[in-house]
Amino acid sequence: MRLFVLFAALLALSACGSGQVWGWYVIDPRTAQGWTNVRFLISGMGATILLSVLAAAISMSVGLIVALPGLSDRRGWRLVNRVYVEFIRSIPLLPMLFWVFYGLPIIFRSFGLNIPIDAFWGAVITLAISDSAFTAEIYRAGIQSIARGQSEAAQTIGLNYWQTMRYVILPQALRRILPPLANQFIYIVKMSAFASVIGMQELTRRANELVVTEYRPLEIYSLLIVEYLVLVLIISFFVRWLERRMGSDERAA
Amino acid sequence: MTEPAIEMIGVDKFFGDFQVLKGIDLTVQRGEKVVICGPSGSGKSTVVRCINRLESHQAGTIRLNGETVTDSGAIRSDVGMVFQQFNLFPHLTVLENLTLGPIKALGLSRKEAEIRARKYLERVRIPEQADKKPSHLSGGQQQRVAIARSLCMEPQLMLFDEPTSALDPEMISEVLDVMTELALDGMTMVVVTHEMGFARKVADQMVFMDAGEIVESGTPAAFFDAPKSERCRLFLSQILKH
Ligand SMILES: Nc1ncnc2c1ncn2[C@@H]1O[C@H](COP(=O)(O)OP(=O)(O)OP(=O)(O)O)[C@@H](O)[C@H]1O
Ligand SMILES: [Mg+2]
Repeated sequence: MRLFVLFAALLALSACGSGQVWGWYVIDPRTAQGWTNVRFLISGMGATILLSVLAAAISMSVGLIVALPGLSDRRGWRLVNRVYVEFIRSIPLLPMLFWVFYGLPIIFRSFGLNIPIDAFWGAVITLAISDSAFTAEIYRAGIQSIARGQSEAAQTIGLNYWQTMRYVILPQALRRILPPLANQFIYIVKMSAFASVIGMQELTRRANELVVTEYRPLEIYSLLIVEYLVLVLIISFFVRWLERRMGSDERAA
Repeated sequence: MTEPAIEMIGVDKFFGDFQVLKGIDLTVQRGEKVVICGPSGSGKSTVVRCINRLESHQAGTIRLNGETVTDSGAIRSDVGMVFQQFNLFPHLTVLENLTLGPIKALGLSRKEAEIRARKYLERVRIPEQADKKPSHLSGGQQQRVAIARSLCMEPQLMLFDEPTSALDPEMISEVLDVMTELALDGMTMVVVTHEMGFARKVADQMVFMDAGEIVESGTPAAFFDAPKSERCRLFLSQILKH
């Protein structure tokens, strides 16, 4: 919130600095052209949200599956977890995006599979996999923070591994995991901007295209930043609300 | 002749290079009550945890009702376990703590499980706490809930690992009373405890452990009044002082 105020102040300040620097007409909703431009920019919002939500959902599922062997008593299972996490974590997002979008279809074809990867799914897969290394670590830490006695007690009343996770460990771990997981989601929303370079029509791509025709980068990118800011703030508020709800429900030991 | 409830023959257990249990031999008949005592780190918890497979052993044999237990075998739900730290599920109510096992592991309906849970809550004398979260109960009440949670699985055998050590002194007796009643009902019990009053009253067999070995075992009368080994005599004189 404070950030938002600061940003608005900054904009206002620079706006009164000099009439020549800023040309707000390009996104002035009161003019026909400005309104069209604004609508064009905002129309990328749906894609950004869908991309982020899908990628986050996949990342959270894959992350859990990757985290579990990391909690095993067996060294072999733990190694599987370590290799995945260290490997995926060290690949920068942009090269991975190129590899998935341009490279993966070639591998598919070499197996005789004709699976085209469009910009949307390329971005979803890349963001999800790249992020899953981080969510896996979040799950692992969260689950490890639940005392060993809890899973032992669950086992002594006959629960198997999955039941122990489902009914005893995860419900308790979730409360501790939620804040870092929310951070990760915000991170995905911001990183989804990279999808623009493989041509996906999301917020950043729209802004780039408009800049090319209007040649007003300052105003257009300013609006772009505000768009992300609004998205992230909405997520933050939602998470805060969720945390309060879960926190008050379970004021346990 | 019926098989003993528990038979441990020459059981060794290592943590890495460190040998925690050295050739443990222990037989517990059905309905028998065994009390294990000994100094800290002597391996009492490890014995109990080997019986219900929370720990694996490296040599020797463990039989439950004549059936040899293996590492691959699941933790046995017919062996109840009560922990020093209660280990109640803090996110569930008392009733949910009690019904979780019966519903998920035994396949009871929610209604059957709740009837059973209330029966055992009655038995540990806290039927009125059913809908509270564990954190709202006193330590003594929490441990009684933990006992009831085990009983809900209707085990053939109950293990207690220092069930009163984490309790304030004024709450110890309410837990021991429940355990004494359970003993009178004929439950087979293995209890790690330093509550010697309870041991005298309830135990059929006393076991003294030190440094991973069973140093001495026998009836409470023989054990308390004429301990054979020096180590045991020293230990008894120390804990009976308090
Ligand atoms: N997971 C483990 N890894 C390594 N060493 C362990 C582990 N668990 C127990 N030990 C060691 O094994 C020995 C026996 O432990 P155990 O818990 O059985 O003793 P205890 O008699 O129950 O003691 P206490 O009265 O303190 O509960 C101790 O020296 C302990 O440090
Ligand atoms: Mg112990």
